[in-house]
Amino acid sequence: MSSPARWPRRIRPLFTLYLPVTPFVFFALFPLYFMLVTSLKKNAELYNVAAAPFVIRQGVTFGHYELLSKDTLFWSWFVNSLLVSVAATVISVVLGILAAYSLARLRFLGADSFGVAIFITYLVPPSLLFLPLSTVVNRLGLSDSLWALVVTYPTFLVPFCTWLLMGYFRTVPKEIEECAMLDGCNRFQTLVRILLPVAVPGVICAALFAFTLSWNEFLYSLVFVSPAELKTMTVGVFSELIRGDIYYWGELMAGACLGSLPIVIAYVFFLDYYVSGLTAGAVK
Amino acid sequence: MQLKTANGDVAKLAARGEAPTRGLSEVLGRDTSVAYAFIAPAFFLLLFLVGYPFVLSVWFSLSDARVGETGSFVGVDNFRRLLSSGIFQQTLQNSMVFTAAALTAKTVFGMALALLLFRVARFKRVIRGAVLLPFIVPTALSTLVWWWMFEPLYSVVNWTLKALHVVNRDIPWLSDPYLAMFAVILVNTWRGLPFFAITLLAGLVAIPRELYEAAESDGAGPVGRFWYVTVPLLQPVLAVVILFSTIFTLADFNIVYVLTRGGPMNMTHLFATYSFALGLQSGQIGQGAAVSLFLFPILLGVVFFQLRLVRKAATYE
Repeated sequence: MSSPARWPRRIRPLFTLYLPVTPFVFFALFPLYFMLVTSLKKNAELYNVAAAPFVIRQGVTFGHYELLSKDTLFWSWFVNSLLVSVAATVISVVLGILAAYSLARLRFLGADSFGVAIFITYLVPPSLLFLPLSTVVNRLGLSDSLWALVVTYPTFLVPFCTWLLMGYFRTVPKEIEECAMLDGCNRFQTLVRILLPVAVPGVICAALFAFTLSWNEFLYSLVFVSPAELKTMTVGVFSELIRGDIYYWGELMAGACLGSLPIVIAYVFFLDYYVSGLTAGAVK
Repeated sequence: MQLKTANGDVAKLAARGEAPTRGLSEVLGRDTSVAYAFIAPAFFLLLFLVGYPFVLSVWFSLSDARVGETGSFVGVDNFRRLLSSGIFQQTLQNSMVFTAAALTAKTVFGMALALLLFRVARFKRVIRGAVLLPFIVPTALSTLVWWWMFEPLYSVVNWTLKALHVVNRDIPWLSDPYLAMFAVILVNTWRGLPFFAITLLAGLVAIPRELYEAAESDGAGPVGRFWYVTVPLLQPVLAVVILFSTIFTLADFNIVYVLTRGGPMNMTHLFATYSFALGLQSGQIGQGAAVSLFLFPILLGVVFFQLRLVRKAATYE
């Protein structure tokens, strides 16, 4: 036991690997755990300075969730988020598939410049353009409606989907499409009937990311939509549950938990897609 | 790029005297009208909702536009006033400190985590899944829990530090300027670390095992293998990740807005939050647009280096 070399092979990884990983896992999960614990704790215990904050000693309560459902517009925000995210995702994935197909497969004048333009818009952070975009949304007569978000979210989703799908389409061999075209299919039919069925994983990945990014979006929603009943979830929980200097921490954390739930569920089922989508941009 | 290869092929064929019989893929590849029809929706969307707003943003920054008023041309007045304003100088400084510190933390810890995850064999999926979670959860909501963790009276961080007798009074995390900056950097690192770790992990997996074996047989220890095999081969991935993260860290809005709103005393304002405060909360759209345009040169720099990296990778293939 004196030198590391003589540690039994089964115990060594415990110290050199799993022990050092623990703080990272703890750091990643603790805030989320604390979010859940706070949302289930009775106010008496929550606001007791002496009580240990990590655990629930005086019984679990769903009171915060009840109050959130009854006294706030939480479920309206939830539905708004759902509507906007689904609509923006469908639009962006369809536009992304078409654009990615022409960039990956077709030769046309300006393909190179369009590719670079897509790449630049992919890197444009929403905080660069929210001021002029709010003027545009106003002039289109869309401010204070969910349409403002359905129209503006694709500005960052389409470049992302195009970029991701273009990479994916390039991994599919051209030959199967060429056979279909010899058999009389046109470009659109080949795309829908031949390429898309093969590229399903890529499309799922693009759709998952587009949905997640829309669901998590905060700045555009905060700026373009102000009536309380039309807010999306992220903005509603943040701006409507905080009144003056009084914080309803239980309700806030309950809202944060429920608001994160759809994404966490999707994440648990599609972990591998998330991982591949995340690394697609950087490692190709 | 594609157009060039097309012409090149034609030239080659012509030189060989085979011009009339073009290759099958050559014929199928030339569907210019289909291509334009396919990119048109994406093109016009980005033209009207990214290109046009950008032009509008430049116009705003050169005008004295306020909410509800078009404003008139004032030249570079907004930029001149910003550069001499104390709050904006503070914002510039904050942005540099925030970005440099958060990027360093994410690179160092992301690399360490990637190296650990690479060796994890048991509970691989569970551990990777857990570590990636902060990146997936809505930032605006997860920052709320950090706010609660730093709450003056009930802070779980202070409770723990006091219970461990590290300190004996509450630490004012969000009302002390330096601690507030530390807090926003910490939360940004918490959220961004998974992106670094998972992407670097993908880069690590792509390094051929034989190189490590060769280095080992040449007598390289673990540190030597890391410096002479891992680091050089991971460099392209590392560069892309850092460039990508530079722009999105610098442009961060959610974390600062939820946690500190730029305070205390403007000590945590970044371009995005200060632009929001000027443009929307005090209605000075011209000034606000000018602030956010400071992100643009950095964006261009990132695009330039990214494209160079992509092209370089393409020529190696």
